[in-house]
Amino acid sequence: MSKRLLGLILVLPALATITLLFIVPLGASVVGAFEVEGRYGLGNFDKAFALYSQDILFTVVIVSLSTAIIGLVAIAIGGYLTLGENPHAVAVLRWLYRWPLFIPFIVVGQVLRTFLAKNGMMNNTLVSLGILTPLETTSFLDWRGIVIAFVWKQAPFVALLVSGAMASLDRGTIEAARNLGASRLRILIEIVVPQVATTLIVGLVLSFVTMMSVLSVPLMINAQSPTMITADIAFRLNAYRDYGVANALGLISLLITASIAWIYLRHNVRSRA
Amino acid sequence: MTSLATTTPATGRRLPRIDLWWLPRGLVLGLLAFIIFGPLTNLVLWTVAERWYFPHALPLEYGFSYWQRVFSPRGNAMESLANSVFVATLTVIAALALAVPAGYALARLKLPLRSLILIAFLIPQAFPNLPVYVNIARLFYGLGLNGTIPGVVLVHVTHGLVYAVWIATAAFSAVDRELEEAARSIGASALRAFRDVTLPLAAPGLMASAIFVFLESLDEFTGSFFVGAPDVNLLPLLLYTAGAGGNYQIASITALLLLVPSIAFMLVVERFLKADVLSRVGH
Repeated sequence: MSKRLLGLILVLPALATITLLFIVPLGASVVGAFEVEGRYGLGNFDKAFALYSQDILFTVVIVSLSTAIIGLVAIAIGGYLTLGENPHAVAVLRWLYRWPLFIPFIVVGQVLRTFLAKNGMMNNTLVSLGILTPLETTSFLDWRGIVIAFVWKQAPFVALLVSGAMASLDRGTIEAARNLGASRLRILIEIVVPQVATTLIVGLVLSFVTMMSVLSVPLMINAQSPTMITADIAFRLNAYRDYGVANALGLISLLITASIAWIYLRHNVRSRA
Repeated sequence: MTSLATTTPATGRRLPRIDLWWLPRGLVLGLLAFIIFGPLTNLVLWTVAERWYFPHALPLEYGFSYWQRVFSPRGNAMESLANSVFVATLTVIAALALAVPAGYALARLKLPLRSLILIAFLIPQAFPNLPVYVNIARLFYGLGLNGTIPGVVLVHVTHGLVYAVWIATAAFSAVDRELEEAARSIGASALRAFRDVTLPLAAPGLMASAIFVFLESLDEFTGSFFVGAPDVNLLPLLLYTAGAGGNYQIASITALLLLVPSIAFMLVVERFLKADVLSRVGH
C-alpha cells in the first residue's frame, strides 16, 4: 500500500507538468474548437470540413502510407541485421542505416528540399546515369516528397527499436528452423516478426503520432494544396488569427491519433493478459 | 548438403565458394548509401555554393562568403546557437529531474493504471502541437513567461518528457531486481540501494534519454516560435526564416550546425542504449 503511495508521489511531478502545460491548454483548444463568436456550436467544424476535407484525407493517406513503408523498411533492415549471413554486408548496413536517426525534422525538410528539387542531386544523378533527360526531370516536392521525408527520418528509428528486439531473441529457434531448411524470408515472417510485434507496433505508433504533429516538413516540402492538417492550422492562425477553425482541425487530428493510440492500448492489454 | 553450405558465418567462411549474391547485395547497399548520403552531400554543397542554378549539376562558384555572413557579429547565428544550447541544457536538467523518479516508479513500483500513465506522457507527441502552443502562449503571456528563456524551457520539457520517461522506465526495468534486493538484504536503505546500485546500472540508459531530450529541444520549432519568438532566437527559427526567404545557403549552414550534434549522437548511441533497454521501451 505504501509502495503504491510512494509510486504515485514519484510520478506526480512529471504528471503535473504534463497536465498543467499540455492537458490544460489542450482542453482550452478543445473547448475553443466549439466556440463560435462567444457561443458554442459546430460552426468551426462545418467550416473545417468545407475547406479542408481534402487535406484531412490527404493527411490520413500520407501518414498511413508512410507508416506502412516505415514498417516494411524497418523489418527488412532489422531482419537482415539479424539473419544476414555475410558479416561485411551486415556491418556496412549497421553503420549505414542509422545516419538519419537523430537529424531534426526541420533539417530533414531543408536537406530533402535541396535533394528532391528539379535541379537537386537526385535528378542530376538520374540524368548523368542516362535514365532521364534534363527535360524529363520533375520536382518531387509534393506528396511524394513528404512521404520520402517521413520514411527517411522515421524508418531508422523503428529499425533501431526492432533490430534491438530481434537481437535479444532466442537464437535457438532460428537456428533450428534454418537447419530444417526454412528460407530466411520465411524465418523472418513466421518466427522473428511475430516475436518483435510489440516493439514494432510501439515504434510505428510513435512514428505515426510524430508525423501527425510535424509542421516543418509539410511547410518546407509541400505548402501548396493539398497539404497536411498541421500546415492548415498554421495558415489559419497566421493569415486569419482564426483560433476556432484551427482548434477544430487540431481536434480532428487528435481523433485520428487517438484511434491509433487505442489500437496500441488494446494490443498492450491483450499481450499482458 | 544445404546445411553444410549455410551454417554459421564462421564455418561458412572456411568453405571458399563463389558467392553470387555479392552483386545484388552491393547494389542494394549502394542505393541505400545514395539515399542517405545523397541528400546530406547536397546540403553540404549548398553551404559552400556561391552561385548555383538550374540546370547546372554542381555549383558554378564555391566560397565561404555565406559562412562569414552567418558568423559575422551582425548575423544572429551565434546568438541563436548560444540560446539553443542554453535552452537545451536547462531542458535536460528539468526533464531528468522529473523523469528519473517517474521512470523508477513505473518500472519498479506497483502503480494503478500504469498503461494509462505511460500513455499520458505520449499525449504531447500525439496532438498537433500548434493549437496547444497557441493556448500556452496566451497562458504564458498572462504570467509574463512569453518571450523568456524559462517559458521556452517549460515548453521543451513538456515536449521531451515522453522520451525521458519512456526510456528511463525501460532503463530501470532492465536493471536486475535481485541486485537491488541483495543490497537491501545486507542493510542498505531503499534510497542508498537506489543511489549506489540501481542508478549507476541504469546510467547509460538515462544518459541516452538525456541526449534524446537535448536533441529534441534543439529540434523543437513550433513551440519556440509561439512562445519564444521574436525575443528568444533559436537555431530552428533562423533556419526556417532563411529557408522561407529563399536563402538556401544560410538555411543550409544553419541546418549543418543542427546536424553535427545529431550525427555525433547517432555514432555513439549503442554505447548508451543497449538492446536489453531498447527491447523494453514502451512495455
